[in-house]
Amino acid sequence: MNYSIALRTLVTKEVFRFIRIWPQTLLPPAITTALYFLIFGKLIGDRIGIINGATYMDYIVPGIILMSVISHAYSNVVSSFFSTKFQRNIEELLVAPVPNWVILGGYVSGGIIRGLLVGLVVTLISLLFADIAVNNPLITLSVAVLTATLFSLAGFINAVLAESFDDISIIPNFVLTPLSYLGGVFYSVDMLPGVWQTVSKGNPILYMINAFRYGFIGVTDINIQLAYIITGGFIVTLTLISLFLLHKGIGIKN
Amino acid sequence: MNALSIRNLQKTYNNGFVALKGIDLDVEEGDFFALLGPNGAGKSTAIGIISSLVNPSSGSVSIFGHDLKTDRSRAKSCLGLVPQEVNFNQFDTVKSIVFNQAGYYGVPRKLALQRTERCLKQMDLWDKRNTVSRRLSGGMKRRVMIARAMVHAPKLLILDEPTAGVDIEIRRSMWKMMQAVNEQGTTIILTTHYLEEAESLCRNIAIIDQGLIVENTDMAGLLARLHIDHFVLDLAEPIDKVPVIAGYQIERIGDKVLNVAVPKEMGLNQLFSQLSALNIKVISLKNKSNRLEQLFMDLIDSKPADTKQ
Repeated sequence: MNYSIALRTLVTKEVFRFIRIWPQTLLPPAITTALYFLIFGKLIGDRIGIINGATYMDYIVPGIILMSVISHAYSNVVSSFFSTKFQRNIEELLVAPVPNWVILGGYVSGGIIRGLLVGLVVTLISLLFADIAVNNPLITLSVAVLTATLFSLAGFINAVLAESFDDISIIPNFVLTPLSYLGGVFYSVDMLPGVWQTVSKGNPILYMINAFRYGFIGVTDINIQLAYIITGGFIVTLTLISLFLLHKGIGIKN
Repeated sequence: MNALSIRNLQKTYNNGFVALKGIDLDVEEGDFFALLGPNGAGKSTAIGIISSLVNPSSGSVSIFGHDLKTDRSRAKSCLGLVPQEVNFNQFDTVKSIVFNQAGYYGVPRKLALQRTERCLKQMDLWDKRNTVSRRLSGGMKRRVMIARAMVHAPKLLILDEPTAGVDIEIRRSMWKMMQAVNEQGTTIILTTHYLEEAESLCRNIAIIDQGLIVENTDMAGLLARLHIDHFVLDLAEPIDKVPVIAGYQIERIGDKVLNVAVPKEMGLNQLFSQLSALNIKVISLKNKSNRLEQLFMDLIDSKPADTKQ
Protein backbone atom coordinates (compact mmCIF):
# COMPACT_ATOMS: atom_id res chain seq x y z
CA MET A 1 0.00 0.00 0.00
CA ASN A 2 1.42 3.33 -1.09
CA TYR A 3 0.66 5.71 1.76
CA SER A 4 2.45 8.62 0.07
CA ILE A 5 -0.45 8.87 -2.41
CA ALA A 6 -2.97 9.09 0.45
CA LEU A 7 -0.84 11.71 2.21
CA ARG A 8 -0.42 13.77 -0.96
CA THR A 9 -4.17 13.56 -1.64
CA LEU A 10 -5.00 14.77 1.84
CA VAL A 11 -2.44 17.60 1.82
CA THR A 12 -3.56 18.76 -1.64
CA LYS A 13 -7.19 18.70 -0.51
CA GLU A 14 -6.35 20.73 2.60
CA VAL A 15 -4.34 23.32 0.66
CA PHE A 16 -7.04 23.71 -2.01
CA ARG A 17 -9.59 24.11 0.77
CA PHE A 18 -8.03 27.22 2.26
CA ILE A 19 -6.95 28.63 -1.10
CA ARG A 20 -10.51 28.25 -2.42
CA ILE A 21 -11.74 30.46 0.44
CA TRP A 22 -8.80 32.88 0.35
CA PRO A 23 -10.93 35.94 1.24
CA GLN A 24 -11.55 34.21 4.60
CA THR A 25 -8.11 32.70 5.07
CA LEU A 26 -5.41 34.85 3.47
CA LEU A 27 -6.90 38.33 3.13
CA PRO A 28 -7.93 39.10 6.76
CA PRO A 29 -4.41 38.68 8.23
CA ALA A 30 -3.08 41.12 5.62
CA ILE A 31 -5.61 43.77 6.69
CA THR A 32 -5.31 43.13 10.44
CA THR A 33 -1.52 43.22 10.47
CA ALA A 34 -1.42 46.30 8.27
CA LEU A 35 -3.48 48.01 10.99
CA TYR A 36 -1.12 46.68 13.70
CA PHE A 37 1.88 48.09 11.84
CA LEU A 38 0.13 51.39 11.24
CA ILE A 39 -1.24 51.94 14.75
CA PHE A 40 1.30 50.23 17.02
CA GLY A 41 4.36 50.47 14.82
CA LYS A 42 3.97 53.90 13.25
CA LEU A 43 1.69 56.03 15.39
CA ILE A 44 2.55 54.70 18.87
CA GLY A 45 5.95 53.22 18.05
CA ASP A 46 7.43 56.56 17.04
CA ARG A 47 6.84 57.75 20.61
CA ILE A 48 8.32 54.61 22.23
CA GLY A 49 11.70 54.84 20.59
CA ILE A 50 14.38 52.11 20.69
CA ILE A 51 14.02 48.66 22.34
CA ASN A 52 17.13 46.49 22.68
CA GLY A 53 18.81 48.49 19.94
CA ALA A 54 15.97 48.19 17.43
CA THR A 55 13.28 50.65 16.40
CA TYR A 56 9.87 49.75 17.81
CA MET A 57 8.56 48.93 14.32
CA ASP A 58 11.46 46.55 13.63
CA TYR A 59 10.99 45.07 17.09
CA ILE A 60 7.31 44.19 16.68
CA VAL A 61 7.42 42.96 13.05
CA PRO A 62 8.76 39.44 13.84
CA GLY A 63 6.31 38.99 16.72
CA ILE A 64 3.34 40.01 14.62
CA ILE A 65 4.42 37.69 11.79
CA LEU A 66 4.79 34.73 14.16
CA MET A 67 1.54 35.56 15.93
CA SER A 68 -0.21 35.31 12.55
CA VAL A 69 1.55 32.02 11.82
CA ILE A 70 0.40 30.64 15.19
CA SER A 71 -3.23 31.67 14.92
CA HIS A 72 -3.67 30.59 11.30
CA ALA A 73 -1.87 27.27 11.62
CA TYR A 74 -4.09 26.50 14.62
CA SER A 75 -7.36 27.73 13.15
CA ASN A 76 -6.78 25.96 9.84
CA VAL A 77 -6.50 22.55 11.43
CA VAL A 78 -9.12 23.04 14.13
CA SER A 79 -11.78 24.30 11.72
CA SER A 80 -10.98 21.89 8.91
CA PHE A 81 -10.80 18.76 11.03
CA PHE A 82 -13.82 19.67 13.14
CA SER A 83 -15.89 20.35 9.99
CA THR A 84 -14.73 17.01 8.66
CA LYS A 85 -15.93 15.39 11.86
CA PHE A 86 -19.15 17.41 11.95
CA GLN A 87 -20.11 16.59 8.34
CA ARG A 88 -18.90 13.02 8.87
CA ASN A 89 -16.45 13.25 5.94
CA ILE A 90 -13.94 11.76 8.37
CA GLU A 91 -15.60 8.45 7.53
CA GLU A 92 -14.00 8.68 4.06
CA LEU A 93 -10.62 8.40 5.78
CA LEU A 94 -11.62 5.92 8.47
CA VAL A 95 -13.04 3.46 5.96
CA ALA A 96 -9.95 3.66 3.73
CA PRO A 97 -6.62 1.99 4.57
CA VAL A 98 -5.17 5.30 5.72
CA PRO A 99 -2.93 4.95 8.79
CA ASN A 100 -3.34 7.40 11.64
CA TRP A 101 0.00 9.07 10.95
CA VAL A 102 -1.16 9.94 7.42
CA ILE A 103 -4.37 11.51 8.76
CA LEU A 104 -2.36 13.51 11.29
CA GLY A 105 0.36 14.36 8.77
CA GLY A 106 -2.16 15.50 6.17
CA TYR A 107 -4.04 17.88 8.43
CA VAL A 108 -0.93 19.20 10.17
CA SER A 109 0.77 19.79 6.81
CA GLY A 110 -2.25 21.82 5.74
CA GLY A 111 -1.94 23.91 8.90
CA ILE A 112 1.81 24.41 8.43
CA ILE A 113 1.39 25.48 4.81
CA ARG A 114 -1.37 27.94 5.65
CA GLY A 115 0.58 29.28 8.63
CA LEU A 116 3.69 29.85 6.51
CA LEU A 117 1.70 31.33 3.65
CA VAL A 118 0.01 33.79 6.01
CA GLY A 119 3.44 34.51 7.52
CA LEU A 120 4.69 35.33 4.02
CA VAL A 121 1.71 37.61 3.35
CA VAL A 122 2.27 39.45 6.65
CA THR A 123 6.00 39.72 5.91
CA LEU A 124 5.21 41.32 2.54
CA ILE A 125 2.82 43.77 4.24
CA SER A 126 5.48 44.63 6.81
CA LEU A 127 7.83 45.63 3.97
CA LEU A 128 5.55 48.63 3.45
CA PHE A 129 6.31 49.82 6.97
CA ALA A 130 9.79 48.59 7.89
CA ASP A 131 13.13 47.81 6.26
CA ILE A 132 13.39 44.12 6.96
CA ALA A 133 16.80 42.49 6.90
CA VAL A 134 16.88 38.86 8.02
CA ASN A 135 19.76 38.29 10.44
CA ASN A 136 19.70 34.49 10.32
CA PRO A 137 17.41 32.94 7.64
CA LEU A 138 17.90 29.39 8.93
CA ILE A 139 16.72 30.26 12.45
CA THR A 140 13.89 32.40 11.08
CA LEU A 141 12.57 29.67 8.80
CA SER A 142 13.10 26.78 11.21
CA VAL A 143 11.36 28.58 14.07
CA ALA A 144 8.44 29.47 11.77
CA VAL A 145 8.09 25.86 10.59
CA LEU A 146 8.40 24.38 14.08
CA THR A 147 5.95 26.88 15.56
CA ALA A 148 3.43 26.24 12.78
CA THR A 149 3.84 22.49 13.37
CA LEU A 150 3.30 22.83 17.11
CA PHE A 151 0.13 24.88 16.77
CA SER A 152 -1.23 22.74 13.96
CA LEU A 153 -0.89 19.76 16.29
CA ALA A 154 -2.59 21.70 19.08
CA GLY A 155 -5.42 22.61 16.70
CA PHE A 156 -5.77 18.98 15.71
CA ILE A 157 -6.14 17.84 19.32
CA ASN A 158 -8.67 20.59 19.97
CA ALA A 159 -10.70 19.48 16.93
CA VAL A 160 -10.59 15.81 17.92
CA LEU A 161 -11.86 16.53 21.42
CA ALA A 162 -14.37 19.23 20.42
CA GLU A 163 -18.03 18.33 20.41
CA SER A 164 -19.45 21.67 19.28
CA PHE A 165 -18.40 24.79 17.42
CA ASP A 166 -18.11 26.54 20.82
CA ASP A 167 -15.41 24.05 21.78
CA ILE A 168 -13.22 25.06 18.87
CA SER A 169 -13.35 28.74 19.72
CA ILE A 170 -12.59 28.49 23.45
CA ILE A 171 -8.86 27.69 23.14
CA PRO A 172 -8.08 30.31 20.46
CA ASN A 173 -9.99 33.04 22.28
CA PHE A 174 -9.16 32.33 25.89
CA VAL A 175 -5.76 30.67 25.71
CA LEU A 176 -3.98 31.29 22.43
CA THR A 177 -4.66 34.99 21.97
CA PRO A 178 -3.75 36.01 25.55
CA LEU A 179 -0.59 33.89 25.47
CA SER A 180 0.40 35.40 22.13
CA TYR A 181 -0.11 38.97 23.33
CA LEU A 182 1.71 38.19 26.58
CA GLY A 183 4.48 36.41 24.67
CA GLY A 184 6.45 39.55 24.06
CA VAL A 185 5.07 40.50 20.67
CA PHE A 186 4.85 44.18 21.58
CA TYR A 187 7.38 44.44 24.38
CA SER A 188 10.57 43.01 25.83
CA VAL A 189 10.14 40.94 29.01
CA ASP A 190 12.95 43.03 30.49
CA MET A 191 10.40 45.87 30.61
CA LEU A 192 8.18 43.89 33.04
CA PRO A 193 8.46 44.00 36.87
CA GLY A 194 10.48 41.09 38.37
CA VAL A 195 7.65 38.72 39.24
CA TRP A 196 5.95 39.16 35.85
CA GLN A 197 9.25 38.42 34.10
CA THR A 198 9.28 35.06 35.90
CA VAL A 199 5.60 34.41 35.08
CA SER A 200 6.18 35.33 31.44
CA LYS A 201 8.94 32.77 31.19
CA GLY A 202 6.34 30.07 31.80
CA ASN A 203 4.71 31.05 28.52
CA PRO A 204 6.07 28.85 25.71
CA ILE A 205 5.06 31.34 23.02
CA LEU A 206 7.56 33.82 24.52
CA TYR A 207 10.41 31.49 23.51
CA MET A 208 9.18 31.04 19.98
CA ILE A 209 8.61 34.74 19.39
CA ASN A 210 12.01 35.65 20.79
CA ALA A 211 13.78 32.98 18.76
CA PHE A 212 11.98 34.18 15.64
CA ARG A 213 12.87 37.78 16.48
CA TYR A 214 16.49 36.74 16.93
CA GLY A 215 16.40 35.22 13.43
CA PHE A 216 15.11 38.52 12.06
CA ILE A 217 16.90 41.28 13.95
CA GLY A 218 19.38 39.45 16.20
CA VAL A 219 17.65 40.56 19.41
CA THR A 220 16.28 38.14 22.04
CA ASP A 221 15.26 38.01 25.70
CA ILE A 222 15.83 34.26 26.01
CA ASN A 223 18.27 31.48 25.19
CA ILE A 224 17.71 30.31 21.58
CA GLN A 225 18.68 26.71 22.29
CA LEU A 226 16.12 26.58 25.08
CA ALA A 227 13.49 27.82 22.62
CA TYR A 228 14.26 24.92 20.25
CA ILE A 229 14.17 22.41 23.12
CA ILE A 230 10.81 23.69 24.40
CA THR A 231 9.27 23.80 20.92
CA GLY A 232 10.62 20.36 20.01
CA GLY A 233 9.42 18.93 23.31
CA PHE A 234 5.92 20.25 22.74
CA ILE A 235 5.86 18.90 19.18
CA VAL A 236 6.85 15.40 20.29
CA THR A 237 4.34 15.44 23.15
CA LEU A 238 1.45 16.73 21.05
CA THR A 239 2.24 14.27 18.24
CA LEU A 240 2.09 11.37 20.69
CA ILE A 241 -1.18 12.64 22.17
CA SER A 242 -2.70 13.06 18.68
CA LEU A 243 -1.70 9.57 17.60
CA PHE A 244 -3.07 8.14 20.84
CA LEU A 245 -6.43 9.88 20.31
CA LEU A 246 -6.60 8.61 16.73
CA HIS A 247 -5.62 5.09 17.78
CA LYS A 248 -8.36 4.98 20.40
CA GLY A 249 -10.82 6.69 18.08
CA ILE A 250 -11.63 9.21 20.82
CA GLY A 251 -13.98 11.88 19.50
CA ILE A 252 -14.09 10.20 16.10
CA LYS A 253 -15.46 6.70 16.43
CA ASN A 254 -18.38 5.46 18.48
CA MET B 1 -13.33 -18.11 0.31
CA ASN B 2 -15.65 -16.07 2.46
CA ALA B 3 -15.89 -12.41 1.54
CA LEU B 4 -16.82 -11.70 5.14
CA SER B 5 -16.45 -13.73 8.30
CA ILE B 6 -17.69 -12.49 11.64
CA ARG B 7 -17.17 -14.37 14.87
CA ASN B 8 -18.77 -13.62 18.24
CA LEU B 9 -18.97 -9.90 17.50
CA GLN B 10 -20.12 -7.89 20.48
CA LYS B 11 -20.61 -4.20 21.03
CA THR B 12 -21.62 -2.38 24.17
CA TYR B 13 -21.70 1.40 23.88
CA ASN B 14 -20.39 3.69 26.61
CA ASN B 15 -23.95 4.38 27.79
CA GLY B 16 -24.36 0.65 28.51
CA PHE B 17 -26.53 -0.13 25.48
CA VAL B 18 -25.73 -3.59 24.13
CA ALA B 19 -26.05 -3.28 20.36
CA LEU B 20 -24.54 -6.66 19.41
CA LYS B 21 -24.73 -9.69 21.68
CA GLY B 22 -22.25 -11.93 19.87
CA ILE B 23 -23.06 -12.48 16.22
CA ASP B 24 -21.53 -14.98 13.78
CA LEU B 25 -21.94 -14.41 10.07
CA ASP B 26 -20.37 -15.68 6.86
CA VAL B 27 -20.90 -14.15 3.45
CA GLU B 28 -19.54 -16.09 0.49
CA GLU B 29 -17.51 -14.49 -2.26
CA GLY B 30 -19.72 -13.32 -5.13
CA ASP B 31 -22.90 -13.37 -3.05
CA PHE B 32 -25.62 -10.75 -3.07
CA PHE B 33 -26.47 -10.83 0.61
CA ALA B 34 -29.27 -9.11 2.50
CA LEU B 35 -28.75 -8.01 6.09
CA LEU B 36 -32.14 -7.05 7.42
CA GLY B 37 -33.56 -6.00 10.73
CA PRO B 38 -35.82 -3.41 12.32
CA ASN B 39 -34.49 -0.03 13.39
CA GLY B 40 -32.13 -0.33 16.36
CA ALA B 41 -31.56 -4.05 15.76
CA GLY B 42 -27.79 -3.70 15.43
CA LYS B 43 -27.39 -3.58 11.62
CA SER B 44 -25.69 -0.19 11.56
CA THR B 45 -23.41 -1.13 14.44
CA ALA B 46 -22.37 -4.32 12.65
CA ILE B 47 -21.71 -2.39 9.43
CA GLY B 48 -19.90 0.31 11.41
CA ILE B 49 -17.55 -2.28 12.89
CA ILE B 50 -16.95 -4.02 9.54
CA SER B 51 -16.08 -0.66 7.97
CA SER B 52 -13.91 0.51 10.92
CA LEU B 53 -16.23 3.34 11.94
CA VAL B 54 -17.11 1.72 15.26
CA ASN B 55 -14.76 -0.06 17.65
CA PRO B 56 -16.00 -3.52 18.61
CA SER B 57 -16.11 -4.60 22.26
CA SER B 58 -14.98 -8.11 21.32
CA GLY B 59 -15.03 -10.62 18.51
CA SER B 60 -13.37 -10.73 15.13
CA VAL B 61 -14.06 -9.57 11.60
CA SER B 62 -12.25 -10.91 8.59
CA ILE B 63 -12.63 -9.56 5.04
CA PHE B 64 -11.44 -11.91 2.29
CA GLY B 65 -9.29 -13.68 4.86
CA HIS B 66 -7.68 -10.49 6.18
CA ASP B 67 -8.34 -9.91 9.86
CA LEU B 68 -9.51 -6.39 10.57
CA LYS B 69 -7.32 -6.13 13.66
CA THR B 70 -4.08 -7.74 12.53
CA ASP B 71 -4.19 -7.11 8.76
CA ARG B 72 -6.14 -3.89 8.77
CA SER B 73 -4.81 -2.27 5.63
CA ARG B 74 -5.46 -5.27 3.35
CA ALA B 75 -8.86 -5.88 4.92
CA LYS B 76 -9.89 -2.26 4.33
CA SER B 77 -8.61 -2.31 0.75
CA CYS B 78 -11.13 -5.05 -0.07
CA LEU B 79 -14.09 -3.05 1.23
CA GLY B 80 -16.25 -0.27 -0.18
CA LEU B 81 -19.02 1.35 1.87
CA VAL B 82 -22.10 3.27 0.78
CA PRO B 83 -23.36 4.70 4.06
CA GLN B 84 -26.94 5.39 4.99
CA GLU B 85 -26.53 9.15 5.24
CA VAL B 86 -24.73 11.57 2.96
CA ASN B 87 -21.25 12.01 4.41
CA PHE B 88 -19.19 13.75 1.75
CA ASN B 89 -18.10 17.36 1.86
CA GLN B 90 -21.03 19.30 0.44
CA PHE B 91 -18.70 22.01 -0.83
CA ASP B 92 -16.57 19.67 -2.95
CA THR B 93 -17.30 18.90 -6.57
CA VAL B 94 -18.60 15.48 -7.55
CA LYS B 95 -15.36 14.64 -9.33
CA SER B 96 -13.08 15.66 -6.46
CA ILE B 97 -15.09 13.57 -3.96
CA VAL B 98 -14.63 10.42 -6.01
CA PHE B 99 -11.06 11.20 -7.11
CA ASN B 100 -9.86 11.95 -3.56
CA GLN B 101 -11.30 8.70 -2.28
CA ALA B 102 -9.23 6.84 -4.87
CA GLY B 103 -6.19 8.67 -3.50
CA TYR B 104 -6.94 7.56 0.05
CA TYR B 105 -6.81 3.98 -1.22
CA GLY B 106 -3.41 4.61 -2.80
CA VAL B 107 -4.63 4.58 -6.41
CA PRO B 108 -2.10 6.47 -8.57
CA ARG B 109 -3.31 9.74 -10.05
CA LYS B 110 -3.67 8.64 -13.69
CA LEU B 111 -5.54 5.48 -12.81
CA ALA B 112 -7.63 7.38 -10.26
CA LEU B 113 -8.73 9.83 -12.97
CA GLN B 114 -9.67 6.97 -15.31
CA ARG B 115 -11.62 5.17 -12.60
CA THR B 116 -13.33 8.36 -11.48
CA GLU B 117 -14.55 8.92 -15.03
CA ARG B 118 -15.68 5.29 -15.39
CA CYS B 119 -17.55 5.24 -12.06
CA LEU B 120 -19.23 8.59 -12.68
CA LYS B 121 -20.32 7.49 -16.15
CA GLN B 122 -21.61 4.22 -14.71
CA MET B 123 -23.65 6.23 -12.21
CA ASP B 124 -24.81 8.62 -14.94
CA LEU B 125 -23.10 11.51 -13.18
CA TRP B 126 -20.34 12.45 -15.62
CA ASP B 127 -22.25 15.53 -16.77
CA LYS B 128 -22.36 16.67 -13.14
CA ARG B 129 -18.67 16.09 -12.44
CA ASN B 130 -17.88 19.77 -11.86
CA THR B 131 -21.05 20.49 -9.88
CA VAL B 132 -20.67 21.33 -6.21
CA SER B 133 -22.23 18.36 -4.46
CA ARG B 134 -24.68 20.29 -2.30
CA ARG B 135 -26.52 21.30 -5.48
CA LEU B 136 -27.32 17.69 -6.38
CA SER B 137 -30.68 16.01 -5.85
CA GLY B 138 -31.04 13.31 -3.18
CA GLY B 139 -30.84 10.51 -5.72
CA MET B 140 -27.72 11.96 -7.29
CA LYS B 141 -26.05 12.28 -3.89
CA ARG B 142 -26.67 8.59 -3.29
CA ARG B 143 -25.16 7.75 -6.65
CA VAL B 144 -22.10 9.89 -5.82
CA MET B 145 -21.63 7.77 -2.71
CA ILE B 146 -21.87 4.58 -4.76
CA ALA B 147 -19.33 5.90 -7.29
CA ARG B 148 -17.05 6.90 -4.40
CA ALA B 149 -17.33 3.43 -2.84
CA MET B 150 -16.50 1.72 -6.13
CA VAL B 151 -13.59 3.86 -7.29
CA HIS B 152 -10.95 1.62 -5.70
CA ALA B 153 -12.58 -1.49 -7.19
CA PRO B 154 -13.52 -3.16 -3.88
CA LYS B 155 -14.17 -6.91 -3.77
CA LEU B 156 -16.86 -6.41 -1.12
CA LEU B 157 -19.38 -3.59 -1.35
CA ILE B 158 -21.66 -2.75 1.56
CA LEU B 159 -24.76 -0.79 0.64
CA ASP B 160 -26.51 0.57 3.71
CA GLU B 161 -30.02 1.48 2.60
CA PRO B 162 -28.83 2.83 -0.76
CA THR B 163 -32.30 3.46 -2.15
CA ALA B 164 -33.86 5.11 0.91
CA GLY B 165 -35.84 8.16 -0.12
CA VAL B 166 -35.31 7.90 -3.87
CA ASP B 167 -38.14 7.65 -6.37
CA ILE B 168 -39.12 4.37 -7.95
CA GLU B 169 -37.48 5.12 -11.30
CA ILE B 170 -34.11 5.81 -9.72
CA ARG B 171 -34.54 2.86 -7.39
CA ARG B 172 -35.09 0.53 -10.33
CA SER B 173 -32.05 1.89 -12.15
CA MET B 174 -29.99 1.45 -8.98
CA TRP B 175 -31.16 -2.16 -8.72
CA LYS B 176 -29.94 -2.78 -12.26
CA MET B 177 -26.65 -1.14 -11.44
CA MET B 178 -26.22 -3.22 -8.26
CA GLN B 179 -27.00 -6.41 -10.16
CA ALA B 180 -24.47 -5.49 -12.85
CA VAL B 181 -21.80 -4.80 -10.21
CA ASN B 182 -22.53 -8.14 -8.54
CA GLU B 183 -22.43 -9.99 -11.88
CA GLN B 184 -18.96 -8.52 -12.47
CA GLY B 185 -17.80 -10.39 -9.37
CA THR B 186 -18.21 -7.91 -6.53
CA THR B 187 -19.76 -9.36 -3.40
CA ILE B 188 -22.59 -7.14 -2.16
CA ILE B 189 -24.11 -6.84 1.28
CA LEU B 190 -27.34 -4.89 1.20
CA THR B 191 -29.36 -3.48 4.06
CA THR B 192 -32.73 -2.09 3.21
CA HIS B 193 -36.18 -1.48 4.60
CA TYR B 194 -37.69 -2.22 1.19
CA LEU B 195 -38.08 -5.95 1.59
CA GLU B 196 -39.17 -6.47 -2.00
CA GLU B 197 -35.75 -5.05 -2.91
CA ALA B 198 -33.99 -7.70 -0.84
CA GLU B 199 -36.32 -10.39 -2.15
CA SER B 200 -35.69 -9.60 -5.78
CA LEU B 201 -31.93 -8.90 -5.55
CA CYS B 202 -30.42 -11.10 -2.85
CA ARG B 203 -29.58 -14.79 -2.85
CA ASN B 204 -28.87 -15.13 0.87
CA ILE B 205 -30.20 -13.34 3.88
CA ALA B 206 -29.55 -12.74 7.56
CA ILE B 207 -32.07 -11.11 9.84
CA ILE B 208 -30.75 -9.36 12.92
CA ASP B 209 -32.92 -8.36 15.84
CA GLN B 210 -31.96 -7.00 19.24
CA GLY B 211 -28.30 -7.68 18.65
CA LEU B 212 -28.68 -11.30 17.56
CA ILE B 213 -28.89 -13.04 14.20
CA VAL B 214 -32.35 -14.61 14.27
CA GLU B 215 -32.20 -16.06 10.77
CA ASN B 216 -29.40 -16.81 8.33
CA THR B 217 -30.30 -18.80 5.26
CA ASP B 218 -30.82 -18.65 1.50
CA MET B 219 -33.64 -16.48 0.22
CA ALA B 220 -35.40 -19.27 -1.69
CA GLY B 221 -35.37 -21.53 1.35
CA LEU B 222 -36.73 -18.79 3.55
CA LEU B 223 -39.52 -17.89 1.16
CA ALA B 224 -40.43 -21.57 0.76
CA ARG B 225 -41.36 -21.56 4.42
CA LEU B 226 -44.15 -19.16 3.72
CA HIS B 227 -47.45 -21.06 3.62
CA ILE B 228 -49.68 -18.27 2.46
CA ASP B 229 -49.50 -16.08 -0.65
CA HIS B 230 -51.37 -12.80 -0.89
CA PHE B 231 -53.05 -11.76 -4.13
CA VAL B 232 -54.91 -8.66 -5.19
CA LEU B 233 -57.86 -9.33 -7.52
CA ASP B 234 -59.38 -6.69 -9.78
CA LEU B 235 -63.06 -7.36 -10.41
CA ALA B 236 -65.17 -6.53 -13.45
CA GLU B 237 -68.13 -5.31 -11.35
CA PRO B 238 -68.37 -3.73 -7.92
CA ILE B 239 -69.56 -6.04 -5.15
CA ASP B 240 -71.77 -5.24 -2.16
CA LYS B 241 -70.39 -7.72 0.31
CA VAL B 242 -67.22 -9.73 0.72
CA PRO B 243 -67.62 -13.29 -0.61
CA VAL B 244 -67.06 -16.04 1.92
CA ILE B 245 -65.11 -19.03 0.59
CA ALA B 246 -63.94 -21.74 2.97
CA GLY B 247 -60.15 -21.86 3.41
CA TYR B 248 -59.46 -18.37 2.00
CA GLN B 249 -59.22 -15.08 3.85
CA ILE B 250 -60.81 -12.40 1.69
CA GLU B 251 -61.07 -8.70 2.39
CA ARG B 252 -62.38 -5.90 0.27
CA ILE B 253 -59.95 -3.03 -0.22
CA GLY B 254 -62.01 -1.19 -2.83
CA ASP B 255 -65.35 -1.45 -4.65
CA LYS B 256 -63.80 -3.67 -7.28
CA VAL B 257 -60.65 -4.84 -5.49
CA LEU B 258 -60.20 -7.86 -3.21
CA ASN B 259 -57.21 -8.93 -1.15
CA VAL B 260 -57.07 -12.72 -0.83
CA ALA B 261 -54.79 -14.82 1.38
CA VAL B 262 -54.27 -18.12 -0.44
CA PRO B 263 -52.90 -21.12 1.46
CA LYS B 264 -50.34 -22.91 -0.71
CA GLU B 265 -52.04 -26.29 -0.38
CA MET B 266 -55.30 -24.88 -1.73
CA GLY B 267 -54.04 -22.94 -4.76
CA LEU B 268 -55.94 -20.57 -7.03
CA ASN B 269 -58.09 -22.91 -9.14
CA GLN B 270 -60.56 -23.57 -6.35
CA LEU B 271 -60.76 -19.87 -5.58
CA PHE B 272 -61.59 -18.95 -9.17
CA SER B 273 -64.22 -21.66 -9.52
CA GLN B 274 -65.90 -20.52 -6.31
CA LEU B 275 -65.83 -16.90 -7.41
CA SER B 276 -67.33 -17.86 -10.78
CA ALA B 277 -70.08 -19.76 -8.96
CA LEU B 278 -70.82 -16.56 -7.04
CA ASN B 279 -70.94 -14.72 -10.39
CA ILE B 280 -67.89 -12.61 -9.52
CA LYS B 281 -65.75 -12.00 -12.59
CA VAL B 282 -62.01 -11.43 -12.06
CA ILE B 283 -60.28 -9.39 -14.75
CA SER B 284 -56.72 -9.43 -13.38
CA LEU B 285 -54.66 -10.47 -10.39
CA LYS B 286 -51.25 -9.64 -8.99
CA ASN B 287 -49.07 -11.05 -6.25
CA LYS B 288 -48.76 -8.58 -3.38
CA SER B 289 -44.96 -9.12 -3.30
CA ASN B 290 -44.94 -8.97 0.46
CA ARG B 291 -43.77 -12.50 1.04
CA LEU B 292 -40.49 -11.53 2.68
CA GLU B 293 -42.21 -8.82 4.66
CA GLN B 294 -44.60 -11.42 6.08
CA LEU B 295 -41.71 -13.71 7.05
CA PHE B 296 -39.73 -10.81 8.45
CA MET B 297 -42.60 -9.81 10.70
CA ASP B 298 -43.13 -13.43 11.77
CA LEU B 299 -39.46 -13.80 12.71
CA ILE B 300 -39.31 -10.53 14.60
CA ASP B 301 -42.62 -11.20 16.37
CA SER B 302 -41.65 -14.75 17.31
CA LYS B 303 -38.78 -13.55 19.51
CA PRO B 304 -39.24 -14.63 23.14
CA ALA B 305 -40.81 -11.92 25.24
CA ASP B 306 -37.84 -11.74 27.61
CA THR B 307 -35.54 -10.63 24.78
CA LYS B 308 -37.80 -7.77 23.72
CA GLN B 309 -37.02 -4.32 24.93
